[in-house]
Amino acid sequence: MMKEDDKPGRPGPMQTEVTQRKPRGRLGREVQNKIGQQLRAMYDDVVNAGVPDRFADMLRKLDEHKNGDQEKGSVA
Amino acid sequence: MTLTPSLKEAMLSAVPSLRAFAISLSGNIDRADDLVQETLLRAIANIDSFQPGTNMSAWMFTILRNLFRSEYRKRRREVEDTDGSYAESLKSHPEQGSRLEFQEFRAALAKLPPDQREALILVGASGFSYEEAANICGCAVGTIKSRVNRARTRLADLLSIEGSEDFGPDQSTRAIMAAGGRG
Repeated sequence: MMKEDDKPGRPGPMQTEVTQRKPRGRLGREVQNKIGQQLRAMYDDVVNAGVPDRFADMLRKLDEHKNGDQEKGSVA
Repeated sequence: MTLTPSLKEAMLSAVPSLRAFAISLSGNIDRADDLVQETLLRAIANIDSFQPGTNMSAWMFTILRNLFRSEYRKRRREVEDTDGSYAESLKSHPEQGSRLEFQEFRAALAKLPPDQREALILVGASGFSYEEAANICGCAVGTIKSRVNRARTRLADLLSIEGSEDFGPDQSTRAIMAAGGRG
């Protein structure tokens, strides 16, 4: 139960709530929906920021290099 | 095979979700962008092994995930205290009324074991199927399913715990609260 994430050395004084078992693997639909919503909102926050110039520039520069000096072709 | 414009386009269009994935893995926006950059470089260098017609995004997720894994193994200790900078990087979430909820959510997500976190993100946010997520993580579909389930259960636990005072604000929670106060 208390592995990696629970700080050792600092036993919470009020662990009673934590040890109270809920039925495993049966999260309420409401809870699941909420988790899903928040997860997507967080994720979409970053997705909506689009492609930073840094990466677009990188690919563009790569092109210029390629056109500049065609080195040994890709022989696999 | 050369990097055709359409392949390049496909790579670029994968970038936003690669970043979102990288941030949720690494908990740090700068590290995330470095990961994405490294992923792009690898993808370009290994474009020969990309099978045309398959999902470019999934292929790049696999690269990024493996990069993160090898880096994570090297720097396990550092990774554990990136929560603060993660919170820092995401402190403003404009439109949501319940910002506190988001902060709690991020803190809880950061506490999940990496296996569970990546599975949950891939399936729950990136929109990959269990099969695709299993491919990306190099494990069985059943493993992904159980990781996702455990992640959800753990998140639900953490969120309800943190809603009350029982858990006591740890460092990451405090960092997040502080970040929120300035938002």
